Amino acid sequence: MVKRHVVGAHYGLGDWLMQRLSAVVMVAYTALFAVAIIAARPIDHEAWRGLFSQGWMRIATLVFFLSLFLHAWVGMRDILMDYIKPTALRLALELVVILALVGGAGWAIDILWRA
Amino acid sequence: MTDVVVKRKRPLWYNLSLGNLPLPGIISILHRISGALLFLFSGFLLYLLGMSLASPERFDDLRQLLSHPLAKLLILVLLWAFLHHLCAGVRYLFLDVHKGVELRAARATSGAVLAVSLVLTAVLGGLLLW
Repeated sequence: MVKRHVVGAHYGLGDWLMQRLSAVVMVAYTALFAVAIIAARPIDHEAWRGLFSQGWMRIATLVFFLSLFLHAWVGMRDILMDYIKPTALRLALELVVILALVGGAGWAIDILWRA
Repeated sequence: MTDVVVKRKRPLWYNLSLGNLPLPGIISILHRISGALLFLFSGFLLYLLGMSLASPERFDDLRQLLSHPLAKLLILVLLWAFLHHLCAGVRYLFLDVHKGVELRAARATSGAVLAVSLVLTAVLGGLLLW
């Protein structure tokens, strides 16, 4: 038996929390990235690629990108819910956002693991 | 209803047009605009990242591309969008835990967000692009 709630509160809590947690992850990555860049100066192609070919940097960057895409989804959905009133158009645009983000995540992984 | 005690006078803001927002309101709408900008240009930024990592030749191509004034302008705008979104976002995290919610503090931190993100954009943009 699937328990269905037709109406109810705090459906948005998960999104709200995800927005905050992903934000904290991205702030931490930004700080890590800044330190790594300062340590690797001067930045030419070799140093830049060397930075991203390290396992920990790849994983950290991947975690950053996944947080970014979850964060962007919640944010873009909020914007669409606020400004796009026709339901069909809003759902279509939400689908475009999802496809763009899933595609972007795949592209980011491809870029990182080729480097 | 005569015994209702008004404990504290709270600020009222009836004019909600964009040009008349108080400072925290400006920070808020800029947070939204900068977030939307970052989403819209995330594909372009990923393209630049791919270029920078692909090969030394593509890295030089990227350098060449970023020497164009229009490219510099776009990168500056996106850098500002990132920094503003970051600073305003950190402010919101503090507001979430009820730090800085008083009117005076809320206005002061809004001014700080606006100023710090602009100054950082100038400094980092200068280091990155010139």
